[in-house]
Amino acid sequence: MDFLNAIIALANYVLIPGIAYGSQLALGALGVTLVYSILRFSNFAHGDTMAMGAMATVLMTWLFQSWGISLGPLPTALLALPFGILFAVGLVLFTDRTVYRFYRVKKAQPVILVIVSLGVTFIYNGVTRFIIGADDQSFFDGERFIISAREFKKATGLAEGLSFKTTQGITIVTAIVVVALLFWFLNKTRAGKSMRAYSDNEDLALLSGINPERVVMITWMIVATLATIAGVLYGLDKSFKPFTYFQLLLPIFASAIVGGLGNPLGAIAGGFVIAFSEVTITYAWKKVLVYLMPESLEPSGLVQLLSTDYKFAVSFVILLIVLLFKPTGLFKGQAV
Amino acid sequence: MTETVRNSLLFGVIALLILFVGVQQSWNSALYIIAMGLVSSIMALGVNLQWGFAGLFNVGIMGFVALGGLAAVLIGMPPTEGAFAAGGVGVITALLLGAGTIILAIVIMRRMQGGWMRTLAVIAVLIAGFFIFRGILDPSVARIEDINPAQYGYLGGINPDGSKVGERADLFILLAWPLGGLFAAAAAWLIGKTALGLRSDYLAIATLGIAEIIIAVLKNEDWLTRGVKNVIGLPRPVPYEVTLQNDPSFVERATSLGFTPVEASTLWVKVLYILLFAAVLLILMWMSQRALHSPWGRMLRAIRDNEVAAEAMGKDVTARHLQVFILGSAVCGIAGAMMTTIDSQLTPGTYQPLRFTFLIWVMVIVGGSGNNLGAVLGGFLIWFLWVQVEPMGLWLMNTITAGMAEGSPLKEHLIESAAHMRLLTMGMVLLLVLRFSPRGLIPEK
Repeated sequence: MDFLNAIIALANYVLIPGIAYGSQLALGALGVTLVYSILRFSNFAHGDTMAMGAMATVLMTWLFQSWGISLGPLPTALLALPFGILFAVGLVLFTDRTVYRFYRVKKAQPVILVIVSLGVTFIYNGVTRFIIGADDQSFFDGERFIISAREFKKATGLAEGLSFKTTQGITIVTAIVVVALLFWFLNKTRAGKSMRAYSDNEDLALLSGINPERVVMITWMIVATLATIAGVLYGLDKSFKPFTYFQLLLPIFASAIVGGLGNPLGAIAGGFVIAFSEVTITYAWKKVLVYLMPESLEPSGLVQLLSTDYKFAVSFVILLIVLLFKPTGLFKGQAV
Repeated sequence: MTETVRNSLLFGVIALLILFVGVQQSWNSALYIIAMGLVSSIMALGVNLQWGFAGLFNVGIMGFVALGGLAAVLIGMPPTEGAFAAGGVGVITALLLGAGTIILAIVIMRRMQGGWMRTLAVIAVLIAGFFIFRGILDPSVARIEDINPAQYGYLGGINPDGSKVGERADLFILLAWPLGGLFAAAAAWLIGKTALGLRSDYLAIATLGIAEIIIAVLKNEDWLTRGVKNVIGLPRPVPYEVTLQNDPSFVERATSLGFTPVEASTLWVKVLYILLFAAVLLILMWMSQRALHSPWGRMLRAIRDNEVAAEAMGKDVTARHLQVFILGSAVCGIAGAMMTTIDSQLTPGTYQPLRFTFLIWVMVIVGGSGNNLGAVLGGFLIWFLWVQVEPMGLWLMNTITAGMAEGSPLKEHLIESAAHMRLLTMGMVLLLVLRFSPRGLIPEK
């Protein structure tokens, strides 16, 4: 029995990766949920918006690196991030002007907008691959670890090492800052209040003189910002590959729906629910259990509930359970 | 211009395009475009049933197509010697137990009164069932995958003559086509039961998920499909080229028509496939047309156009949706089995949503949602574009970069990325059609 080592192993393999991944999902789900509550459709192009923003950031990072500019221990990508955001904002505003607005004015059915967003997905995906190619791209630099497993072992004398990657630290800090700013914006500023009013009751908001085009524009700007940040954080933490962003759609939508579509707080909660379910169900628990069980009872297998290849299945099953039992999500969302 | 003339003209244009490929590139690629165009048309018919008739938004077509491919393996391949004895019983028991666990959980859910007791009972059943399931499944799977993993390592299929693959045509694999439809129908039932009746977007997300999961299963369950090691050399319902080339009467006929035997045999095999596929398409087309003009079809369209009104008239909206969702998915499964048959291999790694789900959507919308003929037209047209955009893009890039210095990085990059022109073109086509001609090339009547 060795609780300390068990807790360290748990933190190392489950808690920290889960929190980092959860933050990335939460940021993605916030974008989906905002589009849903203001523009009233499920934006399938969100994953590829993330890819586009991240791509712009990667390109800027490379430019900075070639100039020899760096942030020391922090990745240069953070310096390039604002440019990526600017690019993504321009991109979605352009898309809205040329594509979505036509259907909004016509008051098309939501499902038509979903199909339109599929077309946008195609184009974004094609452009991303066209510019940067379909392969893995690395753009991480700076210090790799805040705490490395080896140093931790040396300092504490424990058998288990705890590693805390810089990217994980940045992810968590950025997510907290961004979410705090977003909620401050939604609750305290005039523009944010008009967004919430528009989302709650469109007709009433229009009556009280809120300009719908302005609300939509602000929403897209926030969504593009969130998408780029989520995309860059995910790319830093794992790797940048255009196709993985499309595959992130499922966990992101699952997060948004589990939390309650249209509810920002729910999107954050949903992101962590999905992330922790994925990590705990696909983690090989043997490493933790050997410290907790007497030697005679030590598990022979890996005690892995599902192989990591089935992580989609985890978000999907949770999604199904929520749809079956509580279609409005954990926090009350708009959708029925 | 009457409608018939207009439609004939549209199909005539496609025929001309394919003829052009035949003259310009090769007859072999032209025939392959026709064969895959037929398969695509069938998939488009299936999606048209769901979207055009009933307004259901399914983005899991890839999964249903892949299930059809699985059926082709299970029917077409010979059983691996000793595999069933090694673990077949264990796997089947485990799968039955798994299904039993879920059914038991549902029964408890329905029978017991609500409250924490029920929740606890359901969770206990599920957890216990899961561990028993894994306990029986894992060792059996390990034993199956140990059997000559480089060549087999999976259960194989049920084809009694499968060991004679490569020698002669084997019509047994045709059974896979209806079975593929059944597999897809079963998966569709599962999805439909849970996600239909909720908002339309939810069905979309649920189908997106099931498709990813089906592909994950095909990629990872080596005992079933050999996973990413692929199953190759599926039997063919048509004769092999080598057999034809060794047949004196065939060689004689080929030379009398001015073909070399090799050329003639590859073309003839494609023609036979086209005839088989065309027969399936005609049957499904006839059935879809009958369905469209039946009271059932009218009811579906009534539901699509005004769900509330239809419900007020006493129509069971959810049940009709479930019905048409299953039928449409089954059609996609049939097409998937046909595609795996013509490829003679199942390669789970190649299933991508952009190719197998969204491309089909572009076909349906461009062709004209709600019109079966439109779906067929869209199937051919978009498949043609999908195949031909790449050479066209390459040509375009070569023209653009003609003035640039040889070996400049920009030139190399542009030529290399010509392959990605496909997605861009498909996206543009979809958006342009949705904007300027939302009813498609052959609109619904």
